[in-house]
Amino acid sequence: MHAHIEGIGLLGPGLSGWQAARAVLAGAEPYRPARTIIPPSELLPPAERRRAGIPVKLALAVGREAFMSAGHDAASTPTVFTSSSSDGEILHEICETLATPEREVSPTRFMNSVHNAAAGYWSIATRSREPSTSLCCFDASFAAGLLECVAQVAADRRPVALISYDEPYPEPLHATRPIASEFGVAFVMVPDATRRSLATIEVAVAAADAAETQLADAALEGTRRGNPAARSLPLLAVLARGSAGETVLKYVAGMHVRARITPCR
Amino acid sequence: MQPLLITRFSIVNCLGAGTAAVLDALRTKRSGLAPCKFETASIDTWVGSVPGVEAIGIRRGLEDYDCRTNRIAQMALEEDGFSVAVAAARNRYGAQRVGVFIGTSTSGILEAELAYRRRDPGSGALPGSFRYHATLNTYSLGDFIGRSLGLRGPSFVVSSACSSTAKVFGNAARMIAAGACDAAVVGGADSLCLTTLYGFQSLELTSRGPCRPFDAERDGISLGEGAGFALVEKPTARPPGDALLLLGVGESSDAYHMSTPHPEGAGAKLAMQRALAAARLDADDIDYINLHGTATPTNDAAEDAAVVELFGRKTPTSSTKGATGHLLGAAGVTEAIISMLAAQHGLLPGSAHTRNLDPALKSNYLLETRDAHVRRVLTNSFGFGGSNCSLVIGDARAH
Repeated sequence: MHAHIEGIGLLGPGLSGWQAARAVLAGAEPYRPARTIIPPSELLPPAERRRAGIPVKLALAVGREAFMSAGHDAASTPTVFTSSSSDGEILHEICETLATPEREVSPTRFMNSVHNAAAGYWSIATRSREPSTSLCCFDASFAAGLLECVAQVAADRRPVALISYDEPYPEPLHATRPIASEFGVAFVMVPDATRRSLATIEVAVAAADAAETQLADAALEGTRRGNPAARSLPLLAVLARGSAGETVLKYVAGMHVRARITPCR
Repeated sequence: MQPLLITRFSIVNCLGAGTAAVLDALRTKRSGLAPCKFETASIDTWVGSVPGVEAIGIRRGLEDYDCRTNRIAQMALEEDGFSVAVAAARNRYGAQRVGVFIGTSTSGILEAELAYRRRDPGSGALPGSFRYHATLNTYSLGDFIGRSLGLRGPSFVVSSACSSTAKVFGNAARMIAAGACDAAVVGGADSLCLTTLYGFQSLELTSRGPCRPFDAERDGISLGEGAGFALVEKPTARPPGDALLLLGVGESSDAYHMSTPHPEGAGAKLAMQRALAAARLDADDIDYINLHGTATPTNDAAEDAAVVELFGRKTPTSSTKGATGHLLGAAGVTEAIISMLAAQHGLLPGSAHTRNLDPALKSNYLLETRDAHVRRVLTNSFGFGGSNCSLVIGDARAH
């Protein structure tokens, strides 16, 4: 099954937006890892902006960049959100509170603890009443989201956006699930190629008979391994080069997701 | 949409294990709710707990996945010949062609809650026995189901609060339509935990007694736990007349508030309209609506407004949460299966614990169970984040 990519959003360590990071990902400029900078969300109303946690801001920022570059209307586009862990800070605070005798869980924290918090805020921010799904597939969360997004485009024949994001847990959870730094990536995909289409993406689930695609740059490869959403980096590198190429993403149950990119222009 | 065949389903909740127990409870309007004695919780509320979870031994080789949610899921896999039916589908299509689309709200969060009580006093570290990947991570339930059933097709967990296990029917329909698999196991599980008990209490949404959907004096939800699974397959040219079909899926977002539904149920209405459109049906074609009906003042009012606007005041409706409690992430599949039972057995379930209907609510809400010819059922699931999903289920004759 296939779709066409019309917009990309990206935030990661030393990767401040798809446009800004493109030359680095194409190998034309050196990669310098640095703290992920997450801009305050311009999309949210003030009350929601106060309540939203880091992963929500991360998801909204990459989603916004993807829609800006695609020139699509977010309000009329279904979304697929995918994350291995959603808001780790909130999970930690709730578990800590529940270990005290008082157990006074904050209602706002509880409300924001749902895995689909980012999707909820996105819907409020963009005034979108379109369908949205929120997925988790541990280390393969990006691969699962990619599969679902392309399947939706193919089955429903309409544009769909994919937003994949993960942030580090605080201790003591970090020791049990180390995630290195915040990383988010977003794509807007359409069923039929237009003049705005950047590339065609063809995805398939296949038995794991080849190695997962890695990155030649050691620091960038470190970033890829450090965050489930950053497993998208080899795919982004192909797109940044503007060339054709296949990316093999590790999936589950001994399977891979293969993503073949063919540039549209 | 292309209808999907529903070839097997199984269910476990406070009403019992297996469809026979649940069907019997619906017929006799029995409720499984009781005062909350869960773990160390001291909350003045009622809950629907699954009996016998403590005695369950997790399947050999999957011991790392041992937690309350996965135990309840395993109970459901072993009911109603479900695992056997999945094994037959696996042989028929191949393990790589059967997808696993599972929903949960909180997965094995109880394990983290317990581990946080046993942190190392010096370092703050969690105990070494805590298994993040197999219990706490939201995907652990999907991983456990896939491994238990030996499936290798497309797989992930959908976690969109209380709409999760309704939405997985949509994921399966799309994946099958796109050719990524030929059949899928859908459904999911949620278990009682302190996060949801104290969380809903903090929002003042827990009922002091058993929840009373659509009652004038309704005062909130009764939390429940359980699991439900369905095996769905791409349609054959001529399905048998008594076959059950997933006819339509409708999804929407509220774009309103994170935990309060839109007052006129705008998102709910859109989900129902889209489900009808996907099924190519009119409102009049629906014989029964299994409501989300949580028994919070706001949900029932908003849902009633949306239902009346779309279906008028005639179509029979009811919520079965007075019997099962609110299963959160597992509510969607639980009520989808209740809808399947309603269609299969010609049954309109009355609302347990509801005594005095709220006169402000105008839909044809059923207080008593009755027999009827039920061809097509619409079932609603709405969740935090404004995530709405409606399903239309019917028998092949009606289609």
